[in-house]
Amino acid sequence: MSAPKLELAAEDGARAPSPAEIANASLALSEITVSYGEKPAVFSVDAALPRESMVAIIGPNGAGKSTLLKAALGIVPRLSGSVRVFGQEIERARDRVAYVPQRASVDWDFPTRVIDVVLMGLYRELGLLRFVRKTHRERARACLERVGMADFAERQIGQLSGGQQQRVFLARALAQDADLYLLDEPFAGVDAATEKAIIDVLHTLKAARKTVVCVHHDLATVVDYFDHVLLINVRKIAEGPTATTFTSDNLQATYGGRLASTHIDQLKLSS
Amino acid sequence: MPDAILSALLFQAGYNAALVAIGSALLGIAAGAGGTFLFLRKRALISDAVAHATLPGIGLAFIAMVALGGDGRNLVGLLAGSAVSAAVGLLLVDWIVRHTRLAEDVAIGAVLSVFFGLGIVLLTVIQTMSSGRQAGLEGFLLGSTAGMLRQDALVIAVGGALALAVLVLLRRPMTLVAFDPGYAAARGVRVQAVDLAMMGLVLAVTVIGLKVVGLILIVAMLIIPPVTARLWSERTDTVVAVAGLLGGLAGYLGAAISASAPNLPTGPIIVLVSFSLFCFSLLMAPSRGVLAAAVRHRRFQRRVHRRQGLLALARNEPILDPLTLKVLRREGLIRPDKVATDAGRARAAKALRDERRWEVARRMHQDEGTSGRYDGLTSIETVLTPDEIAAIDAEIGAPRLADQGAS
Repeated sequence: MSAPKLELAAEDGARAPSPAEIANASLALSEITVSYGEKPAVFSVDAALPRESMVAIIGPNGAGKSTLLKAALGIVPRLSGSVRVFGQEIERARDRVAYVPQRASVDWDFPTRVIDVVLMGLYRELGLLRFVRKTHRERARACLERVGMADFAERQIGQLSGGQQQRVFLARALAQDADLYLLDEPFAGVDAATEKAIIDVLHTLKAARKTVVCVHHDLATVVDYFDHVLLINVRKIAEGPTATTFTSDNLQATYGGRLASTHIDQLKLSS
Repeated sequence: MPDAILSALLFQAGYNAALVAIGSALLGIAAGAGGTFLFLRKRALISDAVAHATLPGIGLAFIAMVALGGDGRNLVGLLAGSAVSAAVGLLLVDWIVRHTRLAEDVAIGAVLSVFFGLGIVLLTVIQTMSSGRQAGLEGFLLGSTAGMLRQDALVIAVGGALALAVLVLLRRPMTLVAFDPGYAAARGVRVQAVDLAMMGLVLAVTVIGLKVVGLILIVAMLIIPPVTARLWSERTDTVVAVAGLLGGLAGYLGAAISASAPNLPTGPIIVLVSFSLFCFSLLMAPSRGVLAAAVRHRRFQRRVHRRQGLLALARNEPILDPLTLKVLRREGLIRPDKVATDAGRARAAKALRDERRWEVARRMHQDEGTSGRYDGLTSIETVLTPDEIAAIDAEIGAPRLADQGAS
């Protein structure tokens, strides 16, 4: 690594967060390393994401964005590092975290209806044996209402469009009534109306003092949608408020040669 | 023969036949319902490895019981031995997948053949032992119900009931893990533990089924009922219940048929009955069946012609296709002289607006998940959400109010 890059990293806070920062963060990651085989997909990433904010995790394909999210949640094993949610061990704060996986990660021919998927969000409350009651169904329906899918409750999930699938996953997360929402590429391959519906819901979450963290791939919408960014490419490149961190220099460092400078010029950047 | 089957169905064909019928039905219920989760998790084939891995355990249990001076044919002892070796086989498949670069199908093939080979060697050795001549262990290969005792049926009943209890207890985590393991893990569900419990369930069903259908055919009882049930329902709970019912029905009918004549093997007959139920379902199931698909295709063809005719009417183009004319005339959309009726004009206007909306929709939704529904025929209101339609209309310009009332 060249000397100027190191300096840049230090400037933008690529140091480990302090105990106070970890306690105040919504999601605090310390030295997270994940590896498939012997090649690290994520290497020693630290971050302390602020509460009540909209955070984008940004980086090129294969940069480990989704892997970082999965490692934070314990879906893939960590080689090293620890995770804290609102200052607590993740295992003790599971009920405060809602995860929205990539919609391509499941088989949509599974024999289940839209409302049943949303009811999965109430899994902890229902436990092993409690029956699904009217109140549960009404809550699930209300969550579908929020994503504009109330009329689709009884549909088999295989009949949904990609954008509708994404909305159902979001509704399932809403049903958890969590404080921290982690979304993996929620806008990938969805239509414009769905993108707007989703961002509206996310903004109401923020207004309700929740924290939203999205793995995000569309650089053109970062400034409009998010107030905090985490730039990674296997290692952390930079983290901070969008206004000061989403800069041309940081993007160059994150994407290397893969982002032409003309492309960067077309983006709405913070400086 | 029909009388013989009837009397067997009504438990009048003798004590042994009644025992076998009840045992087979219970086994069928447990296998069908338990196999559903394996099928939904897309790991159906692993049951074949589990089943074949029971054989060395049977042989070793026999040898051990004889060596300790007991009766080598004690069923509970043999089943316990088979359960242990099946569990070893199962964990071995799991280990191979996790710690080597071999895929699950390879691991299943390797474990299945090696354990089965070892089992056959042990059975051959037992044949040469003085106490092994009459052991009848080869009956576990294809099942043998001829000498079924009351306590054998009791083992099946208790084992099946326990398996069903575990299934009811774990149905939510198993469904969650089968549908979306990543989300399940994020909720704190221990995916690996749930998977192991599911496999344990399958193992239990396999072991108690050894006496009735044998280790080679038990796979059919685990897989055919869920696949059949899936044809009938779009809901997980219903698929599980229907698979249990179909499995129980196949077990009961199969046992009754085999009791109706000498030398009809129980296990294979049960499998054939189960397969017949599958064939019937494949043909007759309401939305996924072959006949339903044929009817749907015919209706679809008519819808295509109706839509083409309506668009032609809306654009004042002549209609030439005879089927199109027939469809429009029968529905009262055109008069015999090919002029549109009032209803026809209203429908034509609606069709034209729908067509414009679809045009925009196709452009806006380029993801593949939707392409199946974008046939340009289905009324767009039933496919898209109101805000999606609003976005489309914003692009077309305000929808003409005159069209709104038309259906």
